[in-house]
Amino acid sequence: MKLKTLVVAGAMALGLAATPAAAKTFRYAFQGDLNALDPYTLNESFTLGALGNVMEGLTKRDKDLKIIPGLAERWEIVDPLKWRFYLRKGVQFHNGEAFTADDVVFSLDRMRSPGSQIKTRAPADMKAVKVDDHTVDFVLASPNPILHAEWDTWYIYSKPWSEANGATQAQSPTATSLNPFALKANGTGPFTIVSHEPGVKTVFKPNPSWWGKPEHNLTEVTFQTIKNDATRVAALLSGEIDMMDPVPVQDIDRIKSNPNVTVLIGPELRTIFLNMDSFRDELLYSSVKGKNPFKDARVRKAFYQAIDMEAIHTKVMRGMSVNSALLISPLLYARAGEFKRHPYDVAAAKKLLSEAGYASGFEVEMDCPNDRYVNDEGICQAVAQMLARVDIKVKLNAMPKAKYFDKAGPNKKYDSSFNLLGWTPGSFDSWNVIENIIGCRDADGKGGLFNYGGYCNPKMPELNKKILVESDIAKRDAMIAEAFRLNHEEAGVIPLHQQSLAWGVSKKVEMAQRADNQILFYWVKMK
Amino acid sequence: MLAFAIRRLFEAALVMVTVALIAFTLFRFVGDPINQMVGQDTSIEDRLKLREELGLNEPIVVQFGRFLGNAARFDFGISYQVKQPVTSIIADRFPATLELALAAALFAVVLGIPMGVYTGIHRDSWLSKFFLTVSLIGISLPTFLIGILLIYVFAVKLGVLPSFGRGEVVRVGFWRTGLLTTSGLKAIIMPAVTLGLFQMTLVTRLVRAEMLEVLRTDYIKFARARGLPDRAINFGHALKNTLVPVITVIGLQLGAIIAFAIITETVFQWPGMGLMFIQAVQNADIPVMAAYLMLVAFLFILINFIVDLVYVRVDPRIRIFGRAG
Repeated sequence: MKLKTLVVAGAMALGLAATPAAAKTFRYAFQGDLNALDPYTLNESFTLGALGNVMEGLTKRDKDLKIIPGLAERWEIVDPLKWRFYLRKGVQFHNGEAFTADDVVFSLDRMRSPGSQIKTRAPADMKAVKVDDHTVDFVLASPNPILHAEWDTWYIYSKPWSEANGATQAQSPTATSLNPFALKANGTGPFTIVSHEPGVKTVFKPNPSWWGKPEHNLTEVTFQTIKNDATRVAALLSGEIDMMDPVPVQDIDRIKSNPNVTVLIGPELRTIFLNMDSFRDELLYSSVKGKNPFKDARVRKAFYQAIDMEAIHTKVMRGMSVNSALLISPLLYARAGEFKRHPYDVAAAKKLLSEAGYASGFEVEMDCPNDRYVNDEGICQAVAQMLARVDIKVKLNAMPKAKYFDKAGPNKKYDSSFNLLGWTPGSFDSWNVIENIIGCRDADGKGGLFNYGGYCNPKMPELNKKILVESDIAKRDAMIAEAFRLNHEEAGVIPLHQQSLAWGVSKKVEMAQRADNQILFYWVKMK
Repeated sequence: MLAFAIRRLFEAALVMVTVALIAFTLFRFVGDPINQMVGQDTSIEDRLKLREELGLNEPIVVQFGRFLGNAARFDFGISYQVKQPVTSIIADRFPATLELALAAALFAVVLGIPMGVYTGIHRDSWLSKFFLTVSLIGISLPTFLIGILLIYVFAVKLGVLPSFGRGEVVRVGFWRTGLLTTSGLKAIIMPAVTLGLFQMTLVTRLVRAEMLEVLRTDYIKFARARGLPDRAINFGHALKNTLVPVITVIGLQLGAIIAFAIITETVFQWPGMGLMFIQAVQNADIPVMAAYLMLVAFLFILINFIVDLVYVRVDPRIRIFGRAG
């Protein structure tokens, strides 16, 4: 009797001891919400990242953003107009259905449904042809060397499940009722969603029948939004959460001084740059009348050289940035090292201005978002002060992003003379930057939607077309270098820096930080 | 009484339409919702099509008319961001805000009235001075600062209260309450104190001023001369007569607490309507903003109406006057 009691007590003690050791809950917080669980309706890195733990694409990207096999085991380019993907066998969706080629063909149709925001993941004229249950051919109208560049976030839907749940189309932004599936998710990924309250809390659990070998040791994951910077920091310091993003620049030292937490810092892909309106014949918001000084490359270069990026790096960004000579992160372009920034040189800038006929400077208004990028308004203020040294008087209009994109963007026909913008190419490829940021556009934005200054080099459109279809990597990179060089020499758009990522992480947690700022907890290990 | 109610109803409708009109004139300046809805690679044609579909290109008068027509049927459209019907989002968020507001009001009244009475009776005691100093802090510090200070002390340093969120919630019918779980009760303490501190100060000072006033009147002197105990005089006679202005102010403040819970909710990540509204403003989510403003206007009207009714119960003079009229 006594022995039995002891055994039971011992077993209970072991059980109690074992439970906390085995249960590993990873709790993380982000400043934004996770809304609809349909990854086709919002092309935004946080949402795509969170759902990337639950759903999978044909390809994946590893910790260094290299493309690796996902739901496709391998693929080959049969000829420049035909790519063949061999699908992984024995993969199941969370509800038990087998993954087949039909799901891939269906997901392509769904990606192109009217409400989808990820239509550009594949060319509009591409066709998917099912060869057998585990082979799919993608037939192209023109060669495309980066066809699969964004397929890691083109998550595959189950066809039977979508049909059963009325999810064959992406939720339309103008729908008058909510599709029931927008709050459900059925993928093939390493985690399943247990519960989801938009804007409050989402709970994930590992998927026991996942096809891969888990690299995490978690039993549960909870995500919560914490909007306020100070509260997010406090929640991390008090141990209520294990990881949060982003850490406000001014709180980095405070978090580092706490023995239980640390800050993971790494380069982000987004590049911040300045646009000058070189499109209009007369500058809108300026003291110069009847002409546009920004049409003169010397004026643009003077602006470039008058900005002290070292000061912005140390004072405004507190070291949390990498100055850039290019409009793309050096992680994404092999020949980035060949480019150096024009040096900061006030005398040279003054000389250029007087050569252009603006020896006594001029006035110009600058538009700047104040809630979009890290310290965006601070950067603009610094730029304005630096330009004052070369007698350019800048009147700064800082505004919230909703207002900023409305004014400076295509909506109001780029109603801005000088502004700041940031860009991450969705495809992680230079062509996207050349097309969107320095591609020649018309007054409505056709040609280069995010070319907020309307800068245009006549050689660019031709070059851009060639880059799009060139399959030879060396030749392609050379043409990209040529395009970037054109912008660099004429200072069409002034690159500033890549901002840094800062994640607050408990010392109990070991995790990979990917430069695209996706939080992928299938790589999280907890002590 | 019926005439009174009907007149009030008519006034309410007028106020609501005015609020909607002002809101719609302001929406023209909140910016462009489209850029926040679509991916950066969405083509210009698709963006323009979306604008067209959402009716953003129509004249503001047409948009306003359509909004009024739909609002009359309680249809406030679909949130641009969350992609759910606005009415269901608000139904989800409203309990959190109301619980927080009531907890804050309760805190303000339960602490404010006794402090007011005490400082009114014992004008020169050191405790009175202490209360008044504390209440001065409550009225002069901005809400977000109080919130952050509380979080720093009770969550980061002492680790006794959660720094954010609402804790576990349980469903009672359609209402999801955090007041029935330990974590929910713990979570509501700091937000309620933060939100209620200003109101507590207001109540304390108001009750104190009224008490000082009433204690000087003749009937109190007569009551004392008659030898009534202090308790009966202070609470039975004096306090009761101070309550009319106090009820007015508390009533109106309850509306203010709900409407201005925005900052407190943001600081504590309290999943209520205020937080929803802030997010809607940042993303130019017009359907959510419109519905929220209408709801707040409606709450103010409703509370005013209830306050008017309560007057009648508390102050016999209004009752008699009302009957005669």
